[in-house]
Amino acid sequence: MSAVHIDHVTKIYPGHSARDAPVLALDDVSLDIADREFCTIIGHSGCGKTTLLNLLAGFEQPTAGSIDVDGTPVGAPTWRRSMVFQDYALFPWLTVEQNISFGLEMKKVARAERQAVIAAQIRLVGLAGFEKRYPHQLSGGMKQRVSIARALSVEPQVLLMDEPFAALDAQNRALMQQEMGRLLAEADAASRRTMVLVTHSIEEAIILSDRIVVLSSRPGRVKEILRVDLARPRDEDDPAFIALRHRLRVLINEDIAIQRESAP
Amino acid sequence: MVSLPAPPGAAALALSRLGRLTVPLALLLIWQAVSTFVLDDTTRTLLPPPTAVAKAAWELIVSGELLRHLRDSLRREFIAFAWALTAIPVGVAMGWWKRVHDQLDSLVEMLRPIPPLAWIPLSILWFGVGDTQNQFIIFLGIFFPILLNTIAGVRSVEPNLVRAARCLGGGEGAVLRRVVLHAALPQIVTGVRVGLGFGWMALVAAELVGANSGLGFLINDARTLLRTDVVIVGMITIGLVGLALDLLIREFTRRAMPWSRSMQH
Repeated sequence: MSAVHIDHVTKIYPGHSARDAPVLALDDVSLDIADREFCTIIGHSGCGKTTLLNLLAGFEQPTAGSIDVDGTPVGAPTWRRSMVFQDYALFPWLTVEQNISFGLEMKKVARAERQAVIAAQIRLVGLAGFEKRYPHQLSGGMKQRVSIARALSVEPQVLLMDEPFAALDAQNRALMQQEMGRLLAEADAASRRTMVLVTHSIEEAIILSDRIVVLSSRPGRVKEILRVDLARPRDEDDPAFIALRHRLRVLINEDIAIQRESAP
Repeated sequence: MVSLPAPPGAAALALSRLGRLTVPLALLLIWQAVSTFVLDDTTRTLLPPPTAVAKAAWELIVSGELLRHLRDSLRREFIAFAWALTAIPVGVAMGWWKRVHDQLDSLVEMLRPIPPLAWIPLSILWFGVGDTQNQFIIFLGIFFPILLNTIAGVRSVEPNLVRAARCLGGGEGAVLRRVVLHAALPQIVTGVRVGLGFGWMALVAAELVGANSGLGFLINDARTLLRTDVVIVGMITIGLVGLALDLLIREFTRRAMPWSRSMQH
């Protein structure tokens, strides 16, 4: 049984005014994501990958088609599909531990258990000693750690990540990718969960994913799906890694070339 | 975190503050000189020297009269302020639900440009001379700045904060109370600051014509007795209290919302 079942989903945005043509963001996208699979959706900006994630979260509704998670149609947003945002979206008036606690309070988790979960999450993402800090006192990388801990604390069925490392500087981005890869490698079957990552970084996709879905642009369509069968944690110098990177680059560049030709 | 430089000693601090007072002190001296040496006995009545003002202030303080008027004015301001806090839930509703906004917006836009002072005649007829009339005028002065700032604050809440709350399991009520209200709070407090200032100005005007006590009454009453020294003492008090209210709210913001400054960057 697949965890996420995306069935012939189309999303059309109405134009901003009567003169603007409607925008076809996603065109007949079908995709099954298996239980506990790490699936990355890749494509360059404007391919509708964030739209797909917003549909998965329930922030927006598809124009046509349907999305099921564990057999239940996706409706309003819920903690079962929590999200990590590119801009972190931390509550600036709450401390690190209060931010992580937010979802647990919404779930009405008892105080003692809440504290145990918070402590475990803080350890997991390496934020020990920063529990009482406010977001504005943290670096970008640390903010994103809080955001990941906050999204994981509610134990979602699916963790959605929208370009989580794109706002970080190059060193921090590489570090976070490696750490995330390490976490995935260390996670046992019980603690792994279904994850959907949206990114435009090819390396990030290969380091983290079980499967990579390449979306074409305007309209967004599934162009190709690649399985990543490399042992974790992954080595960027592995010839198989390099070959895969090359293949992805070709796929994505093709798309840019097609776009250029069709541009007026 | 940036480490702050060590605070300067008390003496150095006092000296630097004194330095900033050079121009005001010079003006005070000129005023004293003009009033004492240039004006004759009749015109001096219209502009008494600072020393005479200080003497009047001392007498008003000692007799308890100034404090009594100040207390009455402040009481009116705070009662009106308490009522005007209703602007917060109204503003949140207007900022959050489009249908509420559509219903109330034209009404607000119509009432807002009417200065509180223009309500005074009607207010006197409705409530008579006294506290209620004054509080109504101040209420109008405070209400609209809070309302408009609350609406703007709610509307400018970062959409991803709301989304984050929703996908962490937050329902409509929790999103409003725990996210929207908090995120809009810095701007709501700005509304309170502007409102209290507005209200304080409106208060004095309302008391000028429709009260038997208060700082506005004090200066108007002193005018009829040609006690310009008392008028000036009243004016200075009004200014100082307005300034104090403003500083109080700023200090409150700094302490209660240390994160808000970092958000404004």
